[in-house]
Amino acid sequence: MWTTKGLTRGILTTPYPRSRPAEPGARPARPVATPTSEAGPAAVGVCPTGALEARGDQVAVDLGRCIDCQRCRRGDAKMEWADTGQAALHLSPADLPGRAFRHSLHVRVVDAGDGGETLRELKQLTSPYYAVHRLGIFFTPTPRDADVLLVVGPVTQGTRQALLDTYEAMPEPKWVMAVGSTAVTGVPFGPSFTTAAGLGDVLPVDVVVPGNPPPPLAILDGLLSLMGRMSAEELLS
Amino acid sequence: MSNLQIAPNAAVLAALSEILPRDSVRRGGDQAEVETSLERLPSVVDTVVRNGYALAGIVTEWEDAGWLGRYAFYCSSCPGFVHVFVHGKPGDALPSISPYVFSADWHEREIEDLFEIPFEGHPLLGDFALHNEDWPEGVAPMRPDYDRDEPKPPRSGRVWRPQRFVKAPGAFTMSIGPIYSGISESAQFRLESEGEQILYATPRLFYKYRGLEKIAEGQDVEDVLLLAERLNGTSAVGHAAAFAQAAEAIAMVTPPPRAAALRLVFAELERLRSHLCTIEELVESTGLQVPTAMLSSLVEDLLRLSGRVAGHRYLFGLVRPGGLTLDIGDAETADIVKTSREATARLSRIVDQLAYDNGFLDRVEQVGTLQVPKALHHGVVGPVGRASGLSKDLRVIHPYGAYRDCEVRIALADEGDAFARFRVLAGEAVESQHLMEQALSSLPAGPVLAPWRPRADAALGWSEAPLGAAFHWLRLSPTGKVLRWRIMPPSFTNWPALATVVEGAAFQDFPIILASFGLSVAESDR
Repeated sequence: MWTTKGLTRGILTTPYPRSRPAEPGARPARPVATPTSEAGPAAVGVCPTGALEARGDQVAVDLGRCIDCQRCRRGDAKMEWADTGQAALHLSPADLPGRAFRHSLHVRVVDAGDGGETLRELKQLTSPYYAVHRLGIFFTPTPRDADVLLVVGPVTQGTRQALLDTYEAMPEPKWVMAVGSTAVTGVPFGPSFTTAAGLGDVLPVDVVVPGNPPPPLAILDGLLSLMGRMSAEELLS
Repeated sequence: MSNLQIAPNAAVLAALSEILPRDSVRRGGDQAEVETSLERLPSVVDTVVRNGYALAGIVTEWEDAGWLGRYAFYCSSCPGFVHVFVHGKPGDALPSISPYVFSADWHEREIEDLFEIPFEGHPLLGDFALHNEDWPEGVAPMRPDYDRDEPKPPRSGRVWRPQRFVKAPGAFTMSIGPIYSGISESAQFRLESEGEQILYATPRLFYKYRGLEKIAEGQDVEDVLLLAERLNGTSAVGHAAAFAQAAEAIAMVTPPPRAAALRLVFAELERLRSHLCTIEELVESTGLQVPTAMLSSLVEDLLRLSGRVAGHRYLFGLVRPGGLTLDIGDAETADIVKTSREATARLSRIVDQLAYDNGFLDRVEQVGTLQVPKALHHGVVGPVGRASGLSKDLRVIHPYGAYRDCEVRIALADEGDAFARFRVLAGEAVESQHLMEQALSSLPAGPVLAPWRPRADAALGWSEAPLGAAFHWLRLSPTGKVLRWRIMPPSFTNWPALATVVEGAAFQDFPIILASFGLSVAESDR
């Protein structure tokens, strides 16, 4: 009887988003804006993808270009890294799905050239630790049932047409989510002769979740914001 | 060390010196180089293979007066490599060696597509890496005159007419993908059938071709290392270590002992997590939801452990040419030991219970059987090979870094079915935990990073990644820019074997066979 064996570990599921418990390792730190005096004069130059930018007396971070390479953390540059709430960004708050989708959202995942790590994080969302079914979020195999097209990877030449076909096959209303920095801006692969500069080149994007890969809780934030269960202010807090 | 320098390759070099002029054989420690001509290539390759060598991969490089084709072979039982290379002029064709070495098949098809170097005697060329419907005729991205920032070509508009191999009346093709159910990587499988049984299977990969080898050209080594990590994000340490090893061999730098030991720890942590993921996906494919959930929470335990000790759940940003970017303290050491010990204890309990679960055994026993001769024929690597009786493991036969000083017990089975792969994966996961604990109990003191300075040279790096043997060939300019980076990932070697194993299986077994191989599309597509 697997059912009884499955009970032996007790409840693992996070109470998130009702409360935010400390779950060490679930959401590792990311770079945050740091005063230039602390980050060091060379900070901007160490970033391989141009995610760091000197803005006034601060070094600002464009998370959509950050690939978590840790270079501005270890070594000469000393950017501050912290667990920021800035996990997902809503690009078009006016077009929220509305109340109808508050408790049920069907998501079609499309791999457009991901290295496999973002797909794994999506898979972890269904593990007992996150169990997104409890929030009414379901991964569906068919685009006809899907409300959200969730895309990972920089959109390669080979997946582009299949991705567009999937989008076409979805009924209105539909929303598009770019998950992972590669899907957001194409870094570190594109733009190139075979990859786009992220999903925005190909489809209108509603929500972006930066990170390489974004941890499950960040992807969850993106989905919750789409469902109207998490406001833009909460996302940024 | 002295016996290592004499012993490797002795037998094969003696055999080669009989058919080749003396000065064409160069011995450089364990890396012997053999230069030959286009005409002689097949017989030389045949001799190498008959002496127990397996193909690591084919590396083609542009030269002033044409190109250089390098066939890298590794010995399956001794610590030696043999590089057979030939020079060609523009317009020359390489003789196909896939009749002698089947694992060369995909390499040749890829090179023909991306370099436009023709192969003579290969039965099936074209529409491999560059799909007909996506890429116009005449595009060859790996040619030196092709710019990496070339605007993406419009869809070619060409029609792709897949070849059908089964000609029986009533035969049909079931085409799965490139986007198919669940959270899965994009790839296509064309299954030809007369009814219930799959008679012929063709995997069509390279939908996810990101052109990594091309975009690496001209970049700094450290930036290309980031690409190596992201080649297959779930084997980041495995590939980064192989890449860094090549860079270190070029610079003639050895990472400090502490860095070597910690690389072993992180590589084994990654292997443990990756094997857990494969086992989870196999169990999921058999429809057992409770053990799937139990296993995926173990995966999460290890991902969180990585997040705590390394700052990244997939261990990105750790490996650097010359060592590691991060040292760990006593608290992290204790955390790794405790969490990994708990995870493997739980894994062992689940594996024991599954081994007595008839519902599970019915779906995995005698399913997807890869017989020993076929495994040899395809040169299959990694846990898939070890479940088909091939004991080769680079940690043992070509030990690198801290593996030189430790003993790896290889989990082995010879049935070659999905259940054998399941047992091998579970055995290796437990062994990984032992290795980690062993290395952590005697961590050498000292720095974790040695200074690394570029030099103009080329070298081969290798590591046993979670999915099997990974080889990286790297050539640098004097300023440390990458001139050529060739990735020879384990999945690329194993995919053709999967296709033959599927033949004869029933349709409903296909997802189980696919999951039991646990292959990555991303690292094959590159």
